[in-house]
Amino acid sequence: MTIETAPKQSWWNRIAHPSQFVAWSRPLLWPLTILTAVLFLFGLWFAFFNSPEDYQMGDTVRIMYIHVPTAWLSQFVYAIMTVSALGSLVWRHPMADVSMKSAAPLGATFTALALFTGSLWGRPTWGTFWEWDGRMTSTLVLLFIYLGIVALWRAFDDQLRAARVIAVFTLVGAINIPIIKFSVDWWSTLHQPASVFRPDGPRMPGSILTPLFIMFFAFTFLFLTLHLKAMHTEVKRRRVMALERQAAQAGASA
Amino acid sequence: MTAFSALIGRELRMAVRNGGDVLTLLLFFVIVGAVVPFAVGPDKDLLALLAPGIVWIAAFLSMLLGLDRLFRADHEDGTLILLRGADLPFSAVVAAKVIAHWLVAAVPLIVASPILAVLLAMDMGGFWKTVLSLAVGTPALAAFGAVGAAVTVSIRRGGLIAPVLIAPLAVPVLIFGVGAISTGTGPDQSGAALLFLAAISLMAAALCPFMAALAISSGED
Amino acid sequence: MIDLGPHAVFIVWSYVGVALAVAALVAYTLIDARRTARKLEALEARGIRRRSQRQAG
Repeated sequence: MTIETAPKQSWWNRIAHPSQFVAWSRPLLWPLTILTAVLFLFGLWFAFFNSPEDYQMGDTVRIMYIHVPTAWLSQFVYAIMTVSALGSLVWRHPMADVSMKSAAPLGATFTALALFTGSLWGRPTWGTFWEWDGRMTSTLVLLFIYLGIVALWRAFDDQLRAARVIAVFTLVGAINIPIIKFSVDWWSTLHQPASVFRPDGPRMPGSILTPLFIMFFAFTFLFLTLHLKAMHTEVKRRRVMALERQAAQAGASA
Repeated sequence: MTAFSALIGRELRMAVRNGGDVLTLLLFFVIVGAVVPFAVGPDKDLLALLAPGIVWIAAFLSMLLGLDRLFRADHEDGTLILLRGADLPFSAVVAAKVIAHWLVAAVPLIVASPILAVLLAMDMGGFWKTVLSLAVGTPALAAFGAVGAAVTVSIRRGGLIAPVLIAPLAVPVLIFGVGAISTGTGPDQSGAALLFLAAISLMAAALCPFMAALAISSGED
Repeated sequence: MIDLGPHAVFIVWSYVGVALAVAALVAYTLIDARRTARKLEALEARGIRRRSQRQAG
């Protein structure tokens, strides 16, 4: 950046160069926000006013409309972090670092919400707020991994160095998650009685699928919007840190 | 002597010389196991039921607490940078360190586990299974631990975060480790659990040195 | 309000909890963005530039 002050406008630079990325993605923010809001409005209306109660679960099926999307997001966000980690390690893509860092707290929150809604759904359905079944337990372990990653980001002083180290850890986590799922499922079949009510067991009629799909997309777009905004902030934050460092050096040499 | 075995020898000699922290880990292992009856009561049936889990938790915590000694000392005095520039590939360096760490931190636990089994009223058949499951499973703990130690090596007081990072990843080891001793009241699947445990240990031993080496190199560029 | 059945309290609390958490996420994202933008403006107003911009200007 000291040799040429104006970077080329190639497609690679558009997504790799931080300020160019911010420039072309900023106009996307308002459309994404509006789309998210509209999806949530429709989803909530369908969830409460235009869908019947489930023949087995009664009205508590409405919790599924927010439990399934948050559970899906908990996995999807980790997949995004894994792809970003690969981009960071393999291509040294600068926006990959930013993407990874911004996604972590979002993923942790959605995972916690999946556990929260799952727990509240479990109480009327299974009778307890918590059941050590395979899925909930794996989600709990995933939450711990997310929180560990968030703690890691905060522990490093140098965020640029942190990015690659955390990318390695994210990949190790990604490889481990299927193993964790498998072991937890094995463990829960050991200790569970034969019949366990599975919340999404019976086939779902269309009138229940509609709100589910809408909420699914609503939550996904919520994540994408927040993620994009957080990436912009992170780019600015890095510039702030660089400028503050320069100011300190200028002050020292003055 | 090859560089690899020389490195293992160096690690072992240094561990023997500063014997303090290794004995402390062993003591921690025994104490955790011994303290549980104070917490849950001395009922033999209850203890026997819980014994496999308690032994594994004690080993789990011991291995996690001992993570820091893998890289921190070498990082602080610059040896790690020298080792990175050596002829031996850095992942082999890390593998040598992990092997030495296992020999120093895990083998005492394995040898001491029958003491815990006795304290926790485990039946005699369980003793051998305990030793075997710890022998097969602790390499996985050491390997995952190496990744945690490598990721946190450049952080001041990173030793606090490493166990938090590794614990979720080591859950399968805990599950299959306990399962290899006893699988509860249903049909006995401890053989299957031991095989899964062995699979995890082999995979971890193969992959984690590379990942740990990558983490250290990425952190120091 | 519509009838939510005998377990209405769980349904309501789950939606309320999610709504609060989402609101907190959105609020934090926006506040963080504003705080960082303000810091950046303050630094640039003090005349501190990145090396590349200084060489151009």
